[in-house]
Order: sequence, then structure tokens, then C-alpha cells
Amino acid sequence: MEWYNLDTWIVVIGALAAVACAVLGNFLVLRRMSMMGDAISHAVLPGLALAFLMTGARASWTMFLGAALVGIMTAVFTQWISRFGKVDEGASMGIVFTTLFAAGLLLIVQAADHVDLDPGCVLYGAIELTPLDVVWRPTLLSAVLEVPRAALILSGVLLVNVCFVLLFFKELRLCSFDPELATTLGINSNLMHYLLMTLVAVTTVAAFEAVGSIIVIAMLIVPAAAAHLLTDRLWLMVLFSALIAILCAVSGHISALVVPGFFGFADTSTSGMMAVMAGVIFGLVALFAPRHGILVRMLRRTRKIPSA
Amino acid sequence: MPDVSEIWDVILLRDYNTRLVVFCTMLLGCACGLMGGFLLLRKRSLMGDTLSHAALPGVGFAFMFGVWMGGDGKSLPLLLCGAALTGLLGCATVLFIRNQTRIKDDAAMGIVLSVFFGAGIALLGLIQTMPKGSAAGLESFIYGKTASMVMQDFKLLVFITLSVVCLSLLLFKELRLLCFDEKFAASLGLPVRALDLLLLGLVTAVTVAGMQSVGLILIIAFLITPAAAARFWTDRLGLMLILSAAIGGVSGWLGASLSAFLPRLPAGAMIVLVAALFFLASLLGGIKRGVLVRVLRQRSLQRRIGRQHLLRALYEILEAASPLESRSQPIVRTPVPFRFVRGRRSWSDVELRKILKRACADGLLRHQQGGDEIMLTEAGLAQAAKMTRNHRLWEFYLIEYAEVATSRVDRDADTVEHVLGHEMVARLELKLKKNSQVGPNPVPASPHPIQPID
Amino acid sequence: MINNGLQPFNCDGPSLTGQQTPLIVRDLTVAYNRKPVVWDVDLCIPAGKMVAIVGPNGAGKSTLIKACLDLIPRSSGEISIYGSPYRQQRKRVGYVPQRESVDWDFPVSALDVVAMGTYGQLGWFRRVNKRAKALAMQALDQVGLLDYADRQISQLSGGQQQRTFLARALVQDADLYFMDEPFAAVDAATERAMVELLQHLQQRGKTVLVVHHDLATVPQYFDWTVLLNMRIVAAGPTAAVFNQENLRKTYGGQLTLLSQAAEALLKSSP
Repeated sequence: MEWYNLDTWIVVIGALAAVACAVLGNFLVLRRMSMMGDAISHAVLPGLALAFLMTGARASWTMFLGAALVGIMTAVFTQWISRFGKVDEGASMGIVFTTLFAAGLLLIVQAADHVDLDPGCVLYGAIELTPLDVVWRPTLLSAVLEVPRAALILSGVLLVNVCFVLLFFKELRLCSFDPELATTLGINSNLMHYLLMTLVAVTTVAAFEAVGSIIVIAMLIVPAAAAHLLTDRLWLMVLFSALIAILCAVSGHISALVVPGFFGFADTSTSGMMAVMAGVIFGLVALFAPRHGILVRMLRRTRKIPSA
Repeated sequence: MPDVSEIWDVILLRDYNTRLVVFCTMLLGCACGLMGGFLLLRKRSLMGDTLSHAALPGVGFAFMFGVWMGGDGKSLPLLLCGAALTGLLGCATVLFIRNQTRIKDDAAMGIVLSVFFGAGIALLGLIQTMPKGSAAGLESFIYGKTASMVMQDFKLLVFITLSVVCLSLLLFKELRLLCFDEKFAASLGLPVRALDLLLLGLVTAVTVAGMQSVGLILIIAFLITPAAAARFWTDRLGLMLILSAAIGGVSGWLGASLSAFLPRLPAGAMIVLVAALFFLASLLGGIKRGVLVRVLRQRSLQRRIGRQHLLRALYEILEAASPLESRSQPIVRTPVPFRFVRGRRSWSDVELRKILKRACADGLLRHQQGGDEIMLTEAGLAQAAKMTRNHRLWEFYLIEYAEVATSRVDRDADTVEHVLGHEMVARLELKLKKNSQVGPNPVPASPHPIQPID
Repeated sequence: MINNGLQPFNCDGPSLTGQQTPLIVRDLTVAYNRKPVVWDVDLCIPAGKMVAIVGPNGAGKSTLIKACLDLIPRSSGEISIYGSPYRQQRKRVGYVPQRESVDWDFPVSALDVVAMGTYGQLGWFRRVNKRAKALAMQALDQVGLLDYADRQISQLSGGQQQRTFLARALVQDADLYFMDEPFAAVDAATERAMVELLQHLQQRGKTVLVVHHDLATVPQYFDWTVLLNMRIVAAGPTAAVFNQENLRKTYGGQLTLLSQAAEALLKSSP
């Protein structure tokens, strides 16, 4: 396996995207809103594709704004339908995101008579191409770094997400754990909910170019779920989810380069393998986690080891 | 804009391709609508989402297997089998995660969905490098090929729809019980697991067959939207399923037709939007559970409550004002000052005036002294007496039969005879008369003391 | 006027008006579709009382509390807490919900949960500081859970979980407490200890409203009782209101041994 500069950037960008998603994902998982992440990622898709068409894959401010709006719309409409229509929440989500997706698709087809859009790019990104779009060339330790656009944007989004989680840590914790109490204490849990959804939408936009929207969903949910099985402290859970996300990015790229070789192929899509590695890591954690892992629980039951 | 003859062509399905597309999507809509009804009631609407995403790696594996076996790998039955297998595996994984760890349902679905789909993408990436592997055929599982369906698709969909309909009819009462009360079904000896698996299998078949013709998003929408729309029109499962299938079918037909004669409207997207419109219309106007109906019902309930409060208040004021000895005679109608009525309950000036206005329009009372006094009419007094009597019977019933009362009580004092029956009402009245020292006044005394007017 | 032995409720008297009165409910009706859950409730709770809210299942006790806390919408009526609507008096009200409403797998320790009671005072952006932690530890000590401060909540027993929620309410240092079946999963000794805590609160002038399930202990613990069966059957000092007749009106034919036990207790208590 040959490792180029390109590869390092691919891993870095993948890791940035993964961690940006993972820190938010903790609260989605704890609030049982994982599928909301799925819904928002699907709903912003057509808008992203359209912007991709019109501006040539540049993640512009208007795109972020549009994505934030779609994200809020998804959350708001789902709540409306669920509350006023008294429809099951999962069904409401499904209706909203498929409709928004179809509407977006319609718009794209109307506008896309000139450009040949590769839909795959939107679904699973083109992380392999991202390092080529260099926008910044700072000098570090007498070597010139060629920083790709995607890395800058994702770093920005990551920073925003981390600050959000740090700043609102106790409010997020309270609203996720006991929204009723939050309301009685005067903390607006609705506001927290919409802020979270907005950030999810913005992160999806930032990451789609690199890893595509499906992998965004994987990074939102899987590292957080694995971290949930590893610890009983919320701040550790957030930390672990970030570390696992980085691990997914690194192992994902390496396995994308290496594993197909075992079967006689060349390499394959890094983002796909990132999701697969996330699944593998989750599987390992689910089996072997020290307190909540399946094997440990089975042992505890058969040998009657007293639980700590 | 197409001209009239083109539109007629589409409606009459003169074109073979259009015919195929319309029929296929109609069938799919019916089958999905039916299955979607069961899913909605089991609160598993997003299973279609999980299934369809989890099916992708199966397609890839099946293709590779087919090529390895020496074919071109694009045989539809093979691909469908592969898709179904990984789809089912995905569902099994969701259940496993949910039952064996502290990860909840939604996160388990998200994990399976994204990981399996990622695996599918990785596989597709490999397939693209294979000499035989133009993945264009395989990608129809994601995007569908609504515009280019073939007879094979039609036959497959006919088979699937028929199977789904037959099985649903045969097992209707079992499935209905399963959806409504799983525990009770189990206690009756119904094989709950097996039925669940059957349901899952049917959904998988419909999803996988549908995916490759209309694509992922449309299948998800088809499994959710028509059923959710149908729910607003009825409370009976059988009718709901029929409606759901109908809405699915019609959405398919309309969407495909519209897409056929208007330029650049992808069929899948059109169908989803048509279904969504049906849903919106049902949400707002559905007869049983639509928003409009509920709002109107609530408004009429509020009005009736306001009217009853008013009449009862007036009656009680008159009752308290008449001296004790004349209690055996019917109550005399005298004008009642506005402020007495106002002070009886926590209603505002504006609210009270509105209620009075409506009662006046219905001939139950008149305003006097420029609105400062209220005088009940004959009809008004009769109604007030009836309201008060019914209310007091209800109160007495609540006291006497407290342990069953909570399930029987209806806010509407009008219905005391409907709910309790004439016999019960007569019995209560007798008891009240025995307890009280009042003569044969049609309105029994109040079970609790009435606040004096100050 | 026929008097069936019911204590007439009234909010008259200088000690029971406006800003001095912790809770005044007027004309409250809560209904879903056409089914009323709580009907024409008028209630007046004076300050410094330990109040039991009793009634059969489905009688609307939890609904009454939730309506007071604006957690569910009401069809009609007004609720005033110390003379103002609830929204303006949040800081003076504490709430201990029923156990089932939280996710026990959430990664929080008992200390974290208790500290949540201070969030209202801490305000946005501030971390849970030492002072808040100290208050939380103190409250945990009061309920006897100091050794369990670092345990994740699913590792606590039912009674310990209930005590954690009680500690969270204590930390809020409110003037009016609403508690929904706080003794439900608790053994007798713990229950007595918790009641003593509540009585301390009462001695400091706080008012405590408790939805209570065990009629036998009402005369022992509570000096004011509200009998609720969709509408108020009676409300007032326990000695006056908690009698055979009112219990029959509230519970119908359900009471046999229980009412006799209640009567016996009533007669034997000083």
C-alpha cells in the first residue's frame, strides 16, 4: 500500500467530518431522535445537489443557510404533523423527509437541463477528490502545507459544534434527560431542539461534499451509540464518540485501500468503508464493552459475578 | 404544455410504456398501502427505510456471486434474493441490538441503515471496477427506473401484490389482533413471533421488488404516506387498509400519468408529491380525525358547555332567590342582574356576552334594562330546568357509583339518559327525592351547597 | 339548603387570598376529546400545609398537578400560584414527577440528577459550579443517598431513584412543592424518613402537595386533604374531611377494610 500526502488529507478531512457529526450525534441518540438525523440528511439532499450544480461544488454561505432552513423545516413539520395530526412520530418523519426530497428532486431536474449531475456524488461524496481543491498554503516548519477547502470548512463546522456542546452542556443534558423538568425550570427545550437540528443540517451540508449524506448519518449515530455502551458519564461519552469517529476515519481509509486487495480488486470508496468500519467497531464494542457489553452480561448471568 | 390529444393518450394509456409504468406503480401503490397500514399501527413505519437501505449490499453480493458463477450477474431473481436476504438480516440485527444492548430502537435502526448502506456503496465501488460491472443496472435499486419498466417488472409486481392481498385477507383477524394488542394475542396462543416474521417477510418482498422499479425514496414514501392519510378517514382497520391501498394506487396512477405528459417531471418524485397532497388533504379534512373536524368538534363542545353553564347558573340564582316554602312550586321567572351571573363562574365579560348573545338568538332569554338584566323566556326556563336536573343527576350518580363513574361520564349533561338509560335515571331521581326534603319539584336539590349570592 | 356533610370550600379570610395563598384553582376543567378528566375543580390551598391528594385510579390526580404546572392544556379555568400565573412563579415551585417518565439508561449519576434542580438558578452558559454541587450533595445527604452520589441512575433501586428525585426538588428550595406518588416504590422505613423530610419543609413554612396512594397513612402524615374523583369531593383539614362518608363518595364501593382502617387511625391519632 502506498501512502501519499493525498491520503493524509483524506483521513484528516474524513476525521473532521466524522467528529463534527459525532459530537452532535450523542444528543440525538440519547433523545431517541436518531432517525431525525436520517430524515434531515435526506431532506437537504436535493438542495445540496442543486447548489452543487449551480456553483460547482462550492460550499457557499447560501447553501449553509438553505440547509439550516431545510433542517428546521424538517423538524418543525415533523412536530406539527405528529402533534396536531396525532400521527406516529416515525411516520411523520418519513412523510416529511420523503416529500421534501421529492420536491427537491423535482427542482433539480427542472434546473439541470444543462449539467450532467452524478447523483452518486451527492449520496456518497467524493472524498478522494477533496484534497485537490487547495485554498490555503501556509508555511509550517519550513514546509508548505496545501490545505484543501473541505478541511477548512469542516474545521469551522467542527469548532462551532464543539463550542455548542461545551457551552450548552448542562442545558443539553437536562433537555435530553427530562424535558418536562426543563420546562418547569424555565429552560426552553424546544429552542434547544431546533438549535440541535439546525446544526445537524449545517453539518450535513459541510460534510456531504467529502463523505456524502449517508455516511453523515453513520457518523451521527454509530460512534455515539458505541460510546453509550462504554461509559456512564455524559462527558466521557462525548469524548469517546469523538475518538471512535477518528478511528472510523483512519481505519475506513486504510481498509478502503487494503481490503479490496485481498479479493483481487483495486481500492474502493473510502466513505463506504468508513461506515463499514464504524459498524465493525460498534460490533466489537457491543460484544466486549466492560460493563454493558453482551459477553460481559452473559458471563455475569451465568457465573453470577456481582455487578459493580 | 401538452395538447389535449396528448393528454387523452396518457389517460387512455395508449402508449405501451406508459401503460406499463402506470399499472406497475398502481399495483405497487396498492401493495405498499396495504402493508403500510399494518406498519403504521405497529408503529414501525420507518422499517421501510431500514429495509431498503439494508438491501443494497445484498444486491452487490448477488451480482458478484452471479458473475462468479459465470453469468452476467444481472438476473433479477438473483438480485432480488440477495436484496431480500440482507434486508432481513438488517432487520434481525436491529432486533438483536435492541434486545441485547441498551441501545434503543431508533438508534439501532440508524446504525443498521447507515452501516449496511455504506457496505453497499463500498461494494458498488468494487463492482464498478469489474469488467462486467457497469453498475448502472444495480443503481436502479437506489434511483429506480420508473421510466423504463419492462414486462418482467409487471409480472413480478402482480405476483407480489396478489400474494400480499391474499395473505392479508386470510389472516386479517389475526393481524388485526396483533397490531392492536400483542400481549393479548400471545395470551390467546397466537404465534406472535411467526406473524411478525410473516409481516416482515411481506414488507421485505414488497420493498425489494418495488425498490428496483421505483427507487428507494419512493418505496419509503409508499409504505408510509398512503396509510397515514387513510388513518384520518376511519377508525376501522378493514376500511383503513382498503383506503390506504386505494390512495397508494391512485397516487401511483396520477403521478405516473402527470409525469408522462408534462416534461421533465421524474415519475418517482411526482408520485411522492401526489401522495403527500392526499396526506395533507386528509390531515386537514379527514372525517374522523382530521384537524378541521377536531377543531369544529371542539368549538361546538365549548359552545355547548358555555350554554349549559349559563342556563344552570341562571336557574340556580332563581332557585336560591325563591323562598323555601315555595320550593314545591316551579321557579318564578324574574330578571337577573348581569353581575350576578358574571360572578358565578370564572368567565370574562366578553365571553359571557357572547354566550348570552347566542342564547338570545336561540330564543332562550331576553336582555332588559339595556343589557344589565337577563330574563329567561318560557322555553329558556324549561331548558334551564332540564339542564340543571340532568347535571344534578350526574353528580348524584358520580357519588353513588363512584367506582364505575369515571369510565361513563360524559361532559354533556344532555346525554345522561342516553348513557345511563331511563331506568337508572328514574332510580337516581327516586333516591334523590328520598334524601331531600323537597316536594315534587322536577329539579332535584343540589347534592352540594350552592354558593350564596353576595 | 341541603347539606350533605360536605365541607364547603371557600377562599375567604385574610389568610387565604391572593399573594399569600400558594395555590388557587378556579373552575378548572381538563378534557380530551369529549372525555373530561378533571371537571369544574375549585381548590384553595393555604400556606404551610402538607396536603394529600387522594382518589381512585383515573380520577385525574396527576392531571390536576400537570395542569397546575402548565404541562398540559386546560379547557377552562384559572390557576394562580401566590397570586400570579405559574409562568411568573416558576422559581417558587418544585416538582417531583412519577418515576416512569425518564430514560434510566441516560449517562447521569445521582449527583448529576440532583444538581439539575439548580439549573434554573444557575442560568444559561454557567457550568455546574462548586456551590451547586455542594447543595446537591447536601440534598443527597438529607435523603440518605450520600454514598450513592456517583452511581449511574439505573444502578439504583426503585426507592433510591425516587429519593433522588426528591433530593432534586429539595435543591430547588421552592415554596410550593408538587409531588406525584413519591412513595410509590419505597419501603416503609424509607417512607417514614421521607415524610419527616417533608415535615421539616413544612416547619420552614413551605407547602407540599402530594398525590398519595395509601389511604391508611393519610391521617398520620397530612394535615390537609383533597379528595378528588374527577371533581373535588371535599377539601380541607384532614380531621374534618377525611371521613367515611367522603371516602365513600370518592371511592364508591371500593373501600371496605381500607375505610375501616382509616377510621380507626383517625380515631386513634391525637
